[in-house]
Order: sequence, then structure tokens, then C-alpha cells
Amino acid sequence: MRKTIQMISVLTIIGLVSGTVLVFTYKYANPLILDNQKNEIKEAIFKIFPKADTYEKDIIEDSVIFRAKEGGKLLGYAFLAEGNGYQGAIKMMAGIEPNLETLVGIEILESQETPGLGQEITEEEFKAQFKGLMTSPKITYVKNKPPERPNEIRAVTGATVSSSAVVSILNEKIKKLKNALQKLR
Amino acid sequence: MHCKNCGKEFCKGLWRENPIFFQVLGMCPTLAVTTKALFGFSMGMATTFVLISSSLVISCIRKLVPPQVRIATFTVIIATFVTCADYFLKANFYTISKELGPYVPLIVVNCIILGRQEAFVSKHSVAESFVDAVGMGIGFSAVLVLLGSIRELLGFGTIFYYKILGEGFENWVIMALPAGAFITLGFLVGLFNWLNSKLTSAHKI
Repeated sequence: MRKTIQMISVLTIIGLVSGTVLVFTYKYANPLILDNQKNEIKEAIFKIFPKADTYEKDIIEDSVIFRAKEGGKLLGYAFLAEGNGYQGAIKMMAGIEPNLETLVGIEILESQETPGLGQEITEEEFKAQFKGLMTSPKITYVKNKPPERPNEIRAVTGATVSSSAVVSILNEKIKKLKNALQKLR
Repeated sequence: MHCKNCGKEFCKGLWRENPIFFQVLGMCPTLAVTTKALFGFSMGMATTFVLISSSLVISCIRKLVPPQVRIATFTVIIATFVTCADYFLKANFYTISKELGPYVPLIVVNCIILGRQEAFVSKHSVAESFVDAVGMGIGFSAVLVLLGSIRELLGFGTIFYYKILGEGFENWVIMALPAGAFITLGFLVGLFNWLNSKLTSAHKI
């Protein structure tokens, strides 16, 4: 009986102390983590719209969009898009012009693709292809040759799955946005 | 504080009982995060922090914990420190923490940590446990950095993002993939065991 009480009390005390330590760690770290996430979004928006000086967050039909503005003039919309890649989720920020037809650029925020292959989607060479890309009828990709049409990008060699994931995530989200924004007008 | 074997306890983690080369423990982070030297270094530091803190706490309370619940107690303590380390990385080194992904929380199940508590800390004094944890932590981190450097050099031509190999070098993609981790680790373990056997046989003569 004494043994049982000792076991229970040791586990209880350890649990309480650990819990307290975790509460304080969380209180210290959580505001910093939220700041980091906010900064990440901010940096991505200003990287896509270098001319923008402010942006406004807006929620249209459960999707978050950011209106990037330069001195009150609307430069375009930035939006978050997320979906499955080759190994895990790919999360990105994309910018589109106000007419919703031309992409301004993309930034990959999170990806767990294969280092050296799929992870190339985070490189400038791949991302730059999305600048000025047409979104209608939809974005497509070609393999092992330079893109010919204005809505085509070239997939990363050896990482077609990752490249096509980026394209389909974007297509889906843009379609949704077009519908949502058209209703608004 | 009594610590006559401290020098020995410290050095064994670096060489004779190195957690990776001679105990072959903690393989999951070793293989998974060493695509680049910096990630290996961060992982090594996080693991060392958890190892030292939990060794200190556990060696202080080891006599109060009944043997039947020791594993549960150790796990709770280790998990607490791992969560602290994870939050700290997320708060201050956001990009690194994103790259390491789930492998920081997974330090909880790293056998080096629980293994040290069972094999060493539960039988030794606070000072000896501390020295042992520092030695093991440094030994572990050094191997992760070495492995990460080799893979980064051959896989990307850089070490700690510093360009070493020129433009003419064709990156060996395989070194950045899991297979590269197995190949490099296999060669390193072989090399170090061969070196060790050479050294010990020379010692005997």
C-alpha cells in the first residue's frame, strides 16, 4: 500500500511540475511564434508585390485574401494555397492581378519535398516562371522542354509530382477565388 | 561534489561509446535531418539540451522514484524538455524549426536519451550524470555535423551554405536522399570501427 501511494504521488507531482513548466514555456513562446507566422506572410506578400506599401486582410467565403495596395491603388490579391505534394503538404502564397487572369508570382511557405529534387520548387528558377503566367483556362506544365504557351510552366526535372502539385493547388484555389470574387462584384 | 571519473565519463561519449558509431542509437534523426550541416547541428544542439537537462533532473530525483514507474516518470520529464526545445526553436529559429519539422518533437523517442537515463543516470551521481550527458551530446552532435557536412558537400556542393565545390561540380542528388544517408553512415561506422580496432590492438602490444 505504501508503495502504491508513493508511485501515485511521484507521478502526480512530476505531472504537475511538467504541466506548470509547459504553461510558462507556452506563454513565452506562443506570441513569438504567432509573430513569426505573421512576418512570414508579410514578407511573402511584399516579395510578390515589391511595389506595395500596405495590404489588407479580407475573408471571402472561407478563403483568406490580402489586397496589396500602393498608395490606395489596388495592385492585386495575394492568397494562401495549400495542398498535398509528393511527401507532405505544400503551402504557398500567390499573387494575382485584380483581373484574376495573370499571376504576379508565388512564394513557397512550407514544403517537405525531396531535398535536391522536389525541393527545387522553392528555388527562384522555378518560382520565376509564375510571374506573368496566364491562369485561363488553367495552368499546365510541360516536361523536358521550354514552355510555349502563356499558361505553361516547365516542371522540375525529376520532380514532376511536386511541380504538378504546385500547379494543381494553384488552379484549384484560383478557380475558387474567381467564383468568390465574381459573386462579390 | 564527488566526481573522480569525470574525465573518463566525458571522453567515452566522444569516442569509445559514441552514441552513433559504437552504440548505434538514435538512428532516426541521424538519417533524417542530416541533409545539410546546419540541420545536423541544430538537431544535435536540441538533443544535447534535452539530454543534459533530463539527466540533471533525473539524477536529482532518482532515489525518490519507485522502480515500477521510472520509465513513465523519465518519459514525462524528457517530453517536457523536448516540448520546451521545440517551442524555443519555433519562437527564435523559425526557418530551421520548419526544416526540422516533426523530428524535434520526435526527440522524445530518441533512444539515446532514455537509454542514458536507464544505463547511466539511474546509477550515478549528479555530477557524473551531467558530464556523461555533455560528452554524449557533443559526441552525437559532432557526428551529425560530420554526416551533414559530407552529404551537403556532395549533394549541394556547399558546407553550412558556404560554396566549396565550383560550378563544374554536378551535385550527387542521391546524397541528399535517404539512400545517401545510409551510404554515408555505413562508410563512417565502418571507418570508425576499423580505426578503433587498430587503436585498441596497438594498445595491447
